[in-house]
Amino acid sequence: MSAAGIESVFRNEAGRVLATLIRLVGDFELAEEALQEAFTAAVEQWPASGVPDKPRAWLVNVGRHKAVDRLRRQILFRRKRRDLEIDAAIDRQSVACAEEADAFGDDILRLIFTCCHPALAIETQVALTLRSVCGLTTEAVARALLVGVETMAQRLVRAKKKIRAAKIPYETPAPAMLDERIEGVLAVIYLVFTEGYAVTAGAELMRWDLSSEAIRLARLLDGLLPGRPAIQGLLALLLLHDARRHGRTTEAGDIVLLEDQDRSLWDQAQIAEGTGLVGEALRAPGRPSPYAVQAAIAALHAEAPHHEATDWPQIVGLYEVLLRLQPSPVVELNHAAAVSMVDGPARALDLLDALAARGGLDGYHLLPAARADLFRRLGRRQEARAAYLAALALVKLEPERRLLARRLAELG
Amino acid sequence: MQYLLLIYANEAEIAKRSEAEAKAMMEEYGVFTQAIIKAGQFKAGDRLQPISTATTVRVRSGKTLTTDGPFAETREQLGGYYLIEAKNLDEASQIAARIPGAKHGSIEVRPIWVYK
Repeated sequence: MSAAGIESVFRNEAGRVLATLIRLVGDFELAEEALQEAFTAAVEQWPASGVPDKPRAWLVNVGRHKAVDRLRRQILFRRKRRDLEIDAAIDRQSVACAEEADAFGDDILRLIFTCCHPALAIETQVALTLRSVCGLTTEAVARALLVGVETMAQRLVRAKKKIRAAKIPYETPAPAMLDERIEGVLAVIYLVFTEGYAVTAGAELMRWDLSSEAIRLARLLDGLLPGRPAIQGLLALLLLHDARRHGRTTEAGDIVLLEDQDRSLWDQAQIAEGTGLVGEALRAPGRPSPYAVQAAIAALHAEAPHHEATDWPQIVGLYEVLLRLQPSPVVELNHAAAVSMVDGPARALDLLDALAARGGLDGYHLLPAARADLFRRLGRRQEARAAYLAALALVKLEPERRLLARRLAELG
Repeated sequence: MQYLLLIYANEAEIAKRSEAEAKAMMEEYGVFTQAIIKAGQFKAGDRLQPISTATTVRVRSGKTLTTDGPFAETREQLGGYYLIEAKNLDEASQIAARIPGAKHGSIEVRPIWVYK
């Protein structure tokens, strides 16, 4: 088997194997060390012996033995003080591997909830999830989140220390707490996606690897906890946004606005899957999940055969629902943009002026950019120019800066 | 596993309470304390005198310095604590959320260091 083949097995199995090892040995760090040793053993043995039929079970089995060895050494080192503990620890690990197959799902779920525990800082939750559940290396996580490798390594070490010292439970929350805790997990997945969809600073607009990881996580969660509207809504939202990835930029990395995108580049299969999930999520009784409402808006954009055919009145209505469920200045901004397509730019400008007066979006370049666009459509060129300049002073992403500069130049 | 639950609240606000409100709060604390004693989760717990009664001691170059204070200008002050027994952080947090003071102040949950 080629090195690349082995690499891909690791990539797909690391999260699940780690999750199971944590359950078996009851310790995050010991399990990580055991996982590394199991991978090392695989690299040494698989090229000659071939990849075993059940690589995941093989890795768990080897990892478990490595952990037992380590425990034995540690316990001997502590002068054989607690014989009973040794027996208990080894007993826990002697469960037959074959019986484990069904437990993998539960293990990975427990790992997700541990990594996304609210007692950890949100950026730590994101990093730990990418590292442990997705199996990214510390270097890759650092690169993805635009943090130095040293800083990231320290952040991960501190997180694991807190999990152990404060005893953050390695378990799926009790049913009464589950919905509340899923919200946190979904927020982490959404953050991973948005970090990939439009990185917060720098030259590159999108990082598909992170968006794909987020979709993989949302799919995994939907598979493990099926039929939950919030999860379905988030998965739909990610699929629908991601379906348009090939239309969003030119080869040179410039932004193509929604109205100018070549819709034949959109991924129709992914749009169909996302739209189906939105339908399911919105049919569920009770308050709709904000993710599902956002996904419904994305579905209306994705389904329109061309920009003029977009169902703007329904989009305005959905933004109004969203404003009730989850009011925020950014939602207000998007609502105003949709209103401009139904009631015209003058009405939208009133909404944006009211929003600007409240000061909730100070320093956010999309507010002056949106105002500039409305001034341009109203033929108020002087005001449009001033607003584009204000947006340019705030923008951080290079492709967005180029778009604004282009718009400003077009004003003449 | 043991956790210390540190109860922080705004002393100035507490001082402003009417007698009836103070009594109601004491009763709530009584009910909570009895509940965790019954559940076997209570190890220790007390209310502290206000921060104006506090004294700070430091030893510098072998000299003991005793001062009035602390004077840190914080919005909330340590006003009491519980030492509890809990299975893990989630259980400890759930107990912390039941402390009457959590409704207006904040509770810091700290695991006790275990010496091996």
